[in-house]
Amino acid sequence: MLSEALLENETIAGLVAAHPTAVLGGVTQFDEITLTIEPGEIVATLAYLKYHQKFDRLSTVTAVDRYPLDPRFEIVYHLQSVGRNVRLRLRASVATEIASATIVYSGANWYEREVFDLFGVVFTGHPNLERIMMPDDWKGHPLRRDFPTHGFKYSYGEQQ
Amino acid sequence: MSETIVEHQESEAGTTRRMTLNMGPQHPSTHGVLRVVLELDGEFIQKARPEIGYLHTGIEKQCEALNWQQIITLTDRVDYLANLSNNLCYSLAVEKLLGLEIPPKAQWMRVLLAELTRIGSHLVWLGTHALDMGAMTMFFLTFREREELMKLFEMISGQRLMTSYIRIGGLALDPPRGWEKLVRAFLADFPSKIDEYETLLNNNPIWLRRTKGIGVISVESMLDVGITGPVIRAAGIPLDARKMTPYSSYEKFDFAVPTSTDNDVYARYAVRVAEMRESLKIVQQAMDGMPEGPTRADAHRLVLPEREKMKTQMEALIYHFKIVTEGIAVPEGEVFQVVESPRGELGYYVVSDGTAKPLRVHMRTPSFGNLQGLPRLIENRQIADAIAVMGSLDFVLGDCDR
Repeated sequence: MLSEALLENETIAGLVAAHPTAVLGGVTQFDEITLTIEPGEIVATLAYLKYHQKFDRLSTVTAVDRYPLDPRFEIVYHLQSVGRNVRLRLRASVATEIASATIVYSGANWYEREVFDLFGVVFTGHPNLERIMMPDDWKGHPLRRDFPTHGFKYSYGEQQ
Repeated sequence: MSETIVEHQESEAGTTRRMTLNMGPQHPSTHGVLRVVLELDGEFIQKARPEIGYLHTGIEKQCEALNWQQIITLTDRVDYLANLSNNLCYSLAVEKLLGLEIPPKAQWMRVLLAELTRIGSHLVWLGTHALDMGAMTMFFLTFREREELMKLFEMISGQRLMTSYIRIGGLALDPPRGWEKLVRAFLADFPSKIDEYETLLNNNPIWLRRTKGIGVISVESMLDVGITGPVIRAAGIPLDARKMTPYSSYEKFDFAVPTSTDNDVYARYAVRVAEMRESLKIVQQAMDGMPEGPTRADAHRLVLPEREKMKTQMEALIYHFKIVTEGIAVPEGEVFQVVESPRGELGYYVVSDGTAKPLRVHMRTPSFGNLQGLPRLIENRQIADAIAVMGSLDFVLGDCDR
């Protein structure tokens, strides 16, 4: 659970008061706060932070593959409040899918497409969940830890 | 190069022709390999859909297969016009994980080089942006000055573009003798060159008509979609990591963050030109106040020894051997380091599981965020304005696709 030092932080105290079941834990490392969020409540958390705590920028959304742990994917959100000059990192562990943050931050669109493309995590409610980096007919998700770095053959535009 | 699909649509006003125009991926004004699918109604863009990924090289995947130090060479190739900013960002992130203390001279040199990189990148942008709008002379002028910068980079690192000069723990080498003299010559010479650019553009009626009042969207929309850097500063928000979260001793330098409230293509031009002047001020301060001392951290288990020591001392040779063969083990943890690259907010999210290779290196690159805002900037505008807006965003596709 959250340490007392973290609960003194107004943002986190406000978040816990508004969504008591959302925050599963938190750590501070190198002056960066990371909150672990219940995956089902990620959209509610982001909405609270944007509209009540002035986190007006979603800097990036990415994933970390903790294979062979289960659930293996950590979806990581980096938020910034420009006016207050604070940054916050949210983390949610999921196995296959999570709700899309595009309802709250429309800038999450491409970042979530990238995570879908490279990790294979499905973002439910995303307006346009297609591959963004890899070719449309690519099989597999290259940034997964069990995808080989070398030796994968792909024919670019040649007749199959 | 481009193919067109014409659809006939029946409407109350009669038959209108909707045309789908494929712009790129090899179009010169896309500055790399960007493809934009435009739905046109006459000269007006109804819908724009950027297609990226043509320059996706799997750098993030490759990072997981290499040692911590080897990744430096990959970071050069992310944003090939601002390689030293990428070197710096990655090094700062790993140094934070390692808890390394960087000597002042190395910090000062890093600031100096990051600012020279900013000038070099803005010069490429100014030349190509003006070229897109038909002002061809600018291209020759800006590349003439950029050549001087390339010489400076070549002199310190042996490479013009892929310098890999900023390493984990400091710098690759001390700058050679005579280098400072060349930097000072550049400093003395360059302000008059900026004036020259401004005389060519500021009163140029074609330039003004193609840039003033073009590409305006609301600030909230920009923040929401992830636009950073000079583009958002030209909309009045002083979002600059150098001031907001200073790194590498930026807090010790006296400089301003140029902003504008006009929010159009011209404002972005004005902000970048002002930034070049501010960068010159920073370079001047770094040259004048350059501290004496080593350029590498004193950590023999983590930082390669100097060549001289390695050839003469047994321990240094052993550590050299161990670092090169085994790599360095970085303590478990995660860090999100942000620097201000010439294009905007550059962030490296580095996760370590305590081994000699990173578990994950994610690059939050400014071009990716800026390009995502492109449809909002060009929809319901004329196709010629799209060229101006795309130039003003200053994206690098290597930076976008990684």
